[in-house]
Amino acid sequence: MKNIITIIVIAVAAVIGIFLPRGDFRDFRFGLDLQGGTHLVYEADISSLASSDVETAISATRQNLEQRTNLLGVSEALVQVSTTGDKHRLIVELPGVQDINTALSTIGQTASLQFAEIKEVPSKDKDGTPSAVLVPTDLTGRDLKSASVQFAGGQQLSSSPSVGIEFTPEGTKKFATITARNVGRQLPILLDGQVITAPTVGSAITDSQAVISGDFTLEDAKRLSIQLNAGALPVPIKVIEQRNIGATLGEKSIEKSLQAGVVGLVAILIFMVINYRLKGLLACIALLIYILISLSIFKVVPVTLTLAGIAGFILSIGMAVDANILIFERIKEELSWGRSLLTAIELGFKRAWTSVRDSNMSSLITAGILFWFGTGSVRGFALTLIIGILVSLFTSIFVTRTLLRIVYERS
Amino acid sequence: MKEINFLKYGFFYFAISAILVIPGLISLGFWGLRLSIDFTGGSLLEIKTSSSEETIRKTAQSQNFDLSSVQSLGDSTYLIRLKEISSDQSRQFQTKLASESGSTVTENRFETVGPVVGRELTQKAILSIMLSSVFIILYISISFRNIPKGYSSWKFGVSAVMALIHDALLLLGLFSILGHFLHVEVDALFVTAVLTVIGFSVHDTIVVFDRIRENLIKFPKKPFPEVVNYSLTETLGRSINTSVTVILTLTSLLLFGGDSTRWFVVALLVGIISGTYSSIFNAAPLLALWEKRRS
Repeated sequence: MKNIITIIVIAVAAVIGIFLPRGDFRDFRFGLDLQGGTHLVYEADISSLASSDVETAISATRQNLEQRTNLLGVSEALVQVSTTGDKHRLIVELPGVQDINTALSTIGQTASLQFAEIKEVPSKDKDGTPSAVLVPTDLTGRDLKSASVQFAGGQQLSSSPSVGIEFTPEGTKKFATITARNVGRQLPILLDGQVITAPTVGSAITDSQAVISGDFTLEDAKRLSIQLNAGALPVPIKVIEQRNIGATLGEKSIEKSLQAGVVGLVAILIFMVINYRLKGLLACIALLIYILISLSIFKVVPVTLTLAGIAGFILSIGMAVDANILIFERIKEELSWGRSLLTAIELGFKRAWTSVRDSNMSSLITAGILFWFGTGSVRGFALTLIIGILVSLFTSIFVTRTLLRIVYERS
Repeated sequence: MKEINFLKYGFFYFAISAILVIPGLISLGFWGLRLSIDFTGGSLLEIKTSSSEETIRKTAQSQNFDLSSVQSLGDSTYLIRLKEISSDQSRQFQTKLASESGSTVTENRFETVGPVVGRELTQKAILSIMLSSVFIILYISISFRNIPKGYSSWKFGVSAVMALIHDALLLLGLFSILGHFLHVEVDALFVTAVLTVIGFSVHDTIVVFDRIRENLIKFPKKPFPEVVNYSLTETLGRSINTSVTVILTLTSLLLFGGDSTRWFVVALLVGIISGTYSSIFNAAPLLALWEKRRS
């Protein structure tokens, strides 16, 4: 009795897990092949780093990239580090992003910001007109705390946008010194070596806030603040793989897979009931519970469902009854050797266990190696397979046995 | 139960396997596999445009692209494979193509894989297939260590792996033939299918071996080949039934599951049928032959 309650509680929890909060399939995480998007792999160049700094630098780069993906306005962007041997890769997944060039330039750029002074050097020309030279100061993007888009005349859309910046305490000090000695002169701001604006210093600025105003459009101001926020990357990176997948296939593919899954499931249900009658029917109930539990795990973890992953899951529906078939065939044999029904059932579960265990272990070994071997969709497939094997062991043994005991001990 | 004499026809079953595997091996020798950019590195561009294949070729050549193939997928969609280009170059090409042919060009897919990534995938694929084999031999050797004296558990492991190699070779050969005649490419997903099939093939073999182990204990006086034969007969029903359920779901995927995973499903389906066959007709007879030679 305790067991059946456990099963009911698990099944109900699984149903809730699948259908809440929105009651449909939108909450599953689908892979790029289903929702369309951009997949980028960067290799980090760590040749200039001491080996003790590599890990920190890579994880800082990952955070930086993550920040930049957020700036692209992608809600479910994923940035992962993959390290094999001395190679460090950053995998960036941008669901829904179709414009690969914008993505590449926003993510891959190394924005460096500098404040420069204008120094006049005496000209060698005879007329003596001094020429102006830009001299970078020690105030750089590293001294920035944050940047944001502001509007000069308050929050009115009509006013031209500007970029407000806030310095770190050290940056504030540097900025104060620099502005003090440049009152009345221009203070050019350089991004990646290009002058983006050259505001004139009115008076020495000693607080931590400053405004960069120029002839910005809203887009310009936004882009500038994005670039300032993201700053320069700690490690140079280089694209080694890029994939851009259109979203046209997605919904249709999910629908088709769903259809295939339902047809496959019905075929198995019929097969099981014809072959094993009442026992088969109980195995079908266990199979349905298997599907519910697996789906809710996919959603809660969450497992990224790619087309291959969904195919893997549908395949696993076929494999999930495997243990039950082994057990039921064993029960048939035990019966043919003259055991009573109840004894045959108990012995069937007991004696089939070694082959169930060993055969599932071999599948787990290859699925584990697949998980190690793969990235992206291969990994998704391996993960659905591993989850499927483990859950099916639970449902095909614990659930089926409980159901069989209840039905046969009554009669 | 009527006992079926599996071992009497042992060589006949090996011959069937040979007939199935050898054409593929020949194809592998002559044509090799049609490797996707996952392995070779390079770029792949899928576009929808009403311009002709010839215009596409000409425009690509005018951009100095190193084209490997332009394949029509129907519905005025083309798949262009070429040496590695950047997304900027791809963009320029599409603009040029649009102006050249006076039609719109829509990009469905653009993929670029660097040569390093491709080489690594190849190494990893080979390594993971070898690792799986080693781990499976190890696992079976350990799990079957308590078989009666006089039999060595590692022979069970090696026989299982021989059956698995049979399945892997059959798949590789089939896809070499498919690659040559139908331009089917071997990609990372194909490796996934091979590894899954390996897992399943051993899965089936273990069911048979497990019964052999049990019967060796039950009938200590029976000669080994007879025990094998008896065990095969006993487990035939369940070997077939467990495969049938998987074949049912895969067939359903093949019929209703859409195009993008079609060859992946074909690989799984062929591999699983082959896995069932090789477990019954290769692994167990091989084990019997091996033990008979010894005694």
